[in-house]
Amino acid sequence: MIEISHLHKRFGKFAALQDISLSIMRGKVTGIIGPNGSGKTTLIKSVLGLVHPTSGKLSVNGLILNGDAEYRRGIGYMPQLARFPQDLKGWEILNMVKRVRGEQPPREKELIELFELKPELDKRIRALSGGNRQKLSVVISCMYDPDLLIFDEPTAGLDPVSSTRLKDFILSLKQNNKTVIMASHIMSDIEELADDVVLLLDGRIRFNGSIRDLKLRTGQPVLERAIVDILEENAA
Amino acid sequence: MKHTLQIGLFSLRDVSRNMWALIYTAFFALVTIGLFQFQGHSAKVTVSIMSICLILIPLVSVLFGTMHFYNLREFIELMLTQPVKRRTVYWGMYLGLATALVSGFLIGVGIPFLLFGLGNNPQIISLLVLLLIGSILTLIFLAVSFLIAAFFDDRGKGIASALAFWLVTALLYDGLVLFIATAFSEYPLEKPLLILSLANPIDLARVTLLVQSDIAALMGYTGAVFNRFFGTAVGVTIATLSLFVWVAAPLAMGLLRFRRKDF
Repeated sequence: MIEISHLHKRFGKFAALQDISLSIMRGKVTGIIGPNGSGKTTLIKSVLGLVHPTSGKLSVNGLILNGDAEYRRGIGYMPQLARFPQDLKGWEILNMVKRVRGEQPPREKELIELFELKPELDKRIRALSGGNRQKLSVVISCMYDPDLLIFDEPTAGLDPVSSTRLKDFILSLKQNNKTVIMASHIMSDIEELADDVVLLLDGRIRFNGSIRDLKLRTGQPVLERAIVDILEENAA
Repeated sequence: MKHTLQIGLFSLRDVSRNMWALIYTAFFALVTIGLFQFQGHSAKVTVSIMSICLILIPLVSVLFGTMHFYNLREFIELMLTQPVKRRTVYWGMYLGLATALVSGFLIGVGIPFLLFGLGNNPQIISLLVLLLIGSILTLIFLAVSFLIAAFFDDRGKGIASALAFWLVTALLYDGLVLFIATAFSEYPLEKPLLILSLANPIDLARVTLLVQSDIAALMGYTGAVFNRFFGTAVGVTIATLSLFVWVAAPLAMGLLRFRRKDF
């Protein structure tokens, strides 16, 4: 589904990604983990075409990314920060995405009901809480039922009920053979949802495999401790 | 084109609800009405409005454009994760913001003029030239703001650069030209000074407005040289063409940068 080969990204002198090679298979939830500044968001944004790689190849569903935008029709993205034009209303934001896409979203109503967003859609964005903006972002990313979903810190800022609903929703996506990439600092979320993890440190992959393999390799029964072991191993 | 218009329409809707955009329109309306009340005669009002436009439009356009671009950064990211091209998002944002600010200026100045100031034909022409030049100045400084914001990731640097651009073009430039003219007064300076006057959009706007209005006192040094060299018709044509280049060049450079930019 996603093939990344020898991907490098530099911001001036800073190497954000170094020689990243990775395959992400269809129907799996892949967690991207690592400390702050390790390159998680840069990697995600490279897949989305928001960041231009310095070198290397990247393909989504066999299409090599070359600046064409149409491949993004099959991708839903929920950014780390849900910010929208402050003076527009929620339904206007949804309408804008619909007009730009030029098609009706099949799951819009279902998601609005799931996250109890209907009463909020008539309010201006500046009047919405951070959690409700985050919910709006979930609806936008998932309403077209795309095959590939990319979530950057999806549960950050959500109340426990909404967070649980979102996690259940992500599990249902997996059951429907969707591919999910999820960057998160919340290890319990990764452990609960992900099949595979990609551990980044200083822009390099330090581990790429299943959570089970990671635990076996480090001998740690808990994901968080297994990751700490790998990070300390690399620091030594 | 359809998507550009749609993004432009949403951007326009967002900006038209912005308090500062409304204050901008209201300010022009109040100043124009106030000037008609105090000065009575609409030729004088046109000149006063010109002076205000030459300072205020560039400042508001370049600052508002830069801040708007930074404020919408996450939203631009969201748009760029949809199946739309970068140039569509760029043009759409520019179109929306330009329509909002140009409309604000046209409504703020135009409606009071229609209500209080239109007595004879020459005034209509003055008003139309004023509205046209004010609109072009808005387009120029918005284009510069998009170039600045696309170039600098850091909001502080972007806003400082926008202010610096305004400060140089609106206030320092004519002084600098005057200094050069004084320092090199023994040399033939007409052609270099003409080139210098083309290099500043506010000077160009001033020349176009005042050559047409025939008020040499407000021309500034480069304006006076420009007028003497070219005369009215050729001068206005060259100045107007240069103004359009001033819209197109920063817009094109900004688009180039926007297409290569990392978000």
